[in-house]
Amino acid sequence: MHTDASKGLFKRLVDNDIAWSFIHSPAAIIAATITLVCVLATMLAPWLAPFDPFDATQISLWDGKLPPSWIEGGQSQYLLGTDNQGRDMLSTILYGGRLSIIVGLAAVCLGMVLGVMLGVISGYFGGAVDALIMRVADVQLTIPGILLAILINGIGRTLLPLEMREDFAIYVVIFAIGLTDWPQFARVTRGATLVESQKEYVQAARVIGLPRWLIIVRHILPNVMRPVLVIATIGLALAIISEATLSFLGQGIPATTPSLGTLIRVGNEYLFSGLWWITFFPAAALVILVFAVNLLGDWMRDALNPKLR
Amino acid sequence: MDTQQSLLDINNLCIQFPTRREIIDAARGITLTLQPGEVLGLVGESGAGKSTIGNAIVNLLEPPGRISDGSIVFQGEELRGLDEDAMRKVRGDRIGMIFQDPQTSLNPLLKIGEQLTETIQKSFHVSDKEARQRALDLLESVGIDQPDARLSAYPHQFSGGMRQRVVIALALAGEPDLIIADEPTTALDVSIQAQILDLIRDLCKTRNLGVIIITHDIGVIANIADRVAVMYRGEIVETGPVKQILKAPQHDYTISLISAVPPSDRKLERFNSVDYIDGSNRGIELKKIDVSQHWLGEQSDLSSPDGVAVSVENLKLSFVLKNALFKRNQRLLHAVDDVSFSIADGETFGLVGESGSGKSTVARLIAGLYKPQRGRIRVMGEEVELHRQDEKSRQARRALQMIFQDPYSSLNGRLKVLDIVAEPIRFFKMTTSEKQTRAIVQDLLDHVGLGAAAAMRYPHEFSGGQRQRISIARALASRPRILICDEPTSALDVSIQAQILNLLKDLQAELGLTMLFISHDLPVIRQMCDRVAVMRKGAICEIADTRDMFESPSHEYTQHLLELMPRM
Repeated sequence: MHTDASKGLFKRLVDNDIAWSFIHSPAAIIAATITLVCVLATMLAPWLAPFDPFDATQISLWDGKLPPSWIEGGQSQYLLGTDNQGRDMLSTILYGGRLSIIVGLAAVCLGMVLGVMLGVISGYFGGAVDALIMRVADVQLTIPGILLAILINGIGRTLLPLEMREDFAIYVVIFAIGLTDWPQFARVTRGATLVESQKEYVQAARVIGLPRWLIIVRHILPNVMRPVLVIATIGLALAIISEATLSFLGQGIPATTPSLGTLIRVGNEYLFSGLWWITFFPAAALVILVFAVNLLGDWMRDALNPKLR
Repeated sequence: MDTQQSLLDINNLCIQFPTRREIIDAARGITLTLQPGEVLGLVGESGAGKSTIGNAIVNLLEPPGRISDGSIVFQGEELRGLDEDAMRKVRGDRIGMIFQDPQTSLNPLLKIGEQLTETIQKSFHVSDKEARQRALDLLESVGIDQPDARLSAYPHQFSGGMRQRVVIALALAGEPDLIIADEPTTALDVSIQAQILDLIRDLCKTRNLGVIIITHDIGVIANIADRVAVMYRGEIVETGPVKQILKAPQHDYTISLISAVPPSDRKLERFNSVDYIDGSNRGIELKKIDVSQHWLGEQSDLSSPDGVAVSVENLKLSFVLKNALFKRNQRLLHAVDDVSFSIADGETFGLVGESGSGKSTVARLIAGLYKPQRGRIRVMGEEVELHRQDEKSRQARRALQMIFQDPYSSLNGRLKVLDIVAEPIRFFKMTTSEKQTRAIVQDLLDHVGLGAAAAMRYPHEFSGGQRQRISIARALASRPRILICDEPTSALDVSIQAQILNLLKDLQAELGLTMLFISHDLPVIRQMCDRVAVMRKGAICEIADTRDMFESPSHEYTQHLLELMPRM
């Protein structure tokens, strides 16, 4: 177990157990590759995509509803066909995926920050504070997450003045998903905090006389982050689905801005006219992305769990 | 069975654990024999491979461990390479196992009677009634009162010692010829340990069983075994009759091991020749600092006016076991009940007692980790409430530091050793610059025998004994006057224990520290303390000078404890 201090950072990174478990898990490597490709492709959408779906000059209704290029009637410049407005499917998926990933990440971060904060406070202080926070979390967990997100989303939107609704829709969605997410984080963090705060290093810090906030920040937080990171990864997949669901139900991102959810919804209306590609490709992209992130989360749960190693 | 044939013959046994980086030889060239009716002690420190051998005999090696060479012949039959079905029969019917923790070796959801009859019927085809009768006999033979009533009890209704008796009864259920007991008394109090050891020895003699007892505790071996095999790093370094090994050990390691065992009949100045083991420290140039010239030894502003470092009066704390709306329905555990004592400046005061006696709770009350319900605590003559954040409490807290029992959980694994040790220095702003802090931390690490280079490493890179040295360095970093040591060595091997005790003695002499030393181990108390308080069920039975207490104990309970102490 002795790692020589003189070894370089890279050497130590490769040497550690988590990296080793990663290299020896084909599922993890594949999942990480797919996730990375998805993230890179969508983030680089302005440079990669053949068309800009926001540029009205590039869109022509005449090109609407074209099938993928390999099917009869398809055109070679529209690889995956076009949607009802004549936007190139591939470009729209890339831009839409970008929005979905950003919304998912932001929502998970919000839920994580909120949940970890409340969870640590709950676990470390205990008593009435703990009871209050955890009961609120319990009550929230009895309501299906998506319903709650719709509720928060609805309230958020009505509170905004009309002219701002379109522009702020995305923030409202992030807020709604983040708020429904926090109880998971709070529960996990609280449990880990209860375990850690009984350990002797925390008591040693108390004997030294460190104030409570410093004990929490310096000693407890870094030691409870492992399980939190695992559920954050799985939570990311769920948040992406939540965003798609909200948008599909017409509650989320407005239809003019492509996200994976809005694309699937628009396509759904044309499904029975035989225009399957408008809904199929965004849906496939969603499934692949969520599946890869989930696999990654599963691997992380195993790799970070000392009992399974 | 042929009486000339030995029960178990292990010949040149090698066990390997292939890991990712290397193949670890857990045992090399082990050769042992065991006769029926004989107790063989397998003694060694953690990592010596003694449990591995026990597991290998019954083919219960944890993967990826495997037997790479040698043979295990049990009653003339080769056990190595037996398939799992055959092995299972051997395990139940001919070899019984007793494990360390009686809490986890019984199924908590099944009644004792069910577990016993099930095991009996697995080995013998007998009727339910017959099996029940045998279960009764077994419980009786392991010394459980009213076996009738006890058959329908669940494991949690038994005390730790009683549970271990049930485990032994279970091991005997298949009427085995060999019993392997892996640390059978480590989780038990001294008084119960003695009873269990007597029981195992009795059973061995009356039933003509072979017993292999695996332990780290030389006291246990001295009490029970006929022959001993001493293990060190996967090899048997010495085998022989108990008396010979204890009185005239031959191998360097055995000599070092025996000399590290604290004697209970006299006080040693230091433990000699205990440095055989900690090879990890070799080759590190240690710069011993002259404390009187160093920051560490600077006269601090903290001193006691009347020569009393710590005094507690009528301390009381109870924990709520069962909460209820009305006071009379609550069930309370009086963890500390009306405890008073005072510790003079520079004295080492011992608190001794069995588990649950409240000795650790007293330490935690003094350290300010719990708030007493009643009573007063004075540190350096000032009455303080240590859990508060005002200036007076801060000063008192600086004067008082604590060393904990478990070296694995007492250090934050996310911080470098430098940051761990520097934490009190930085918090109390005791230095003028970060450079000075670093220099002091490095000197401290040198002084506790770790070497300055340790500062840049993380705790997980160190062994248990080394971690305990880090803990000591951290405790010293606030230049305390009082050190509370809560079982500082009970998680450590005996040779490491001796080194740590030596270190604590040296530090106390150099720095003139006052120590509150808590332990369940009487010989350790004898070596370390000037005065001792004996605790039982939250109250103090007796306070006396260490020598007087060991030579002429006045309280009945103290006499009882001393009688049960394993002697060599």
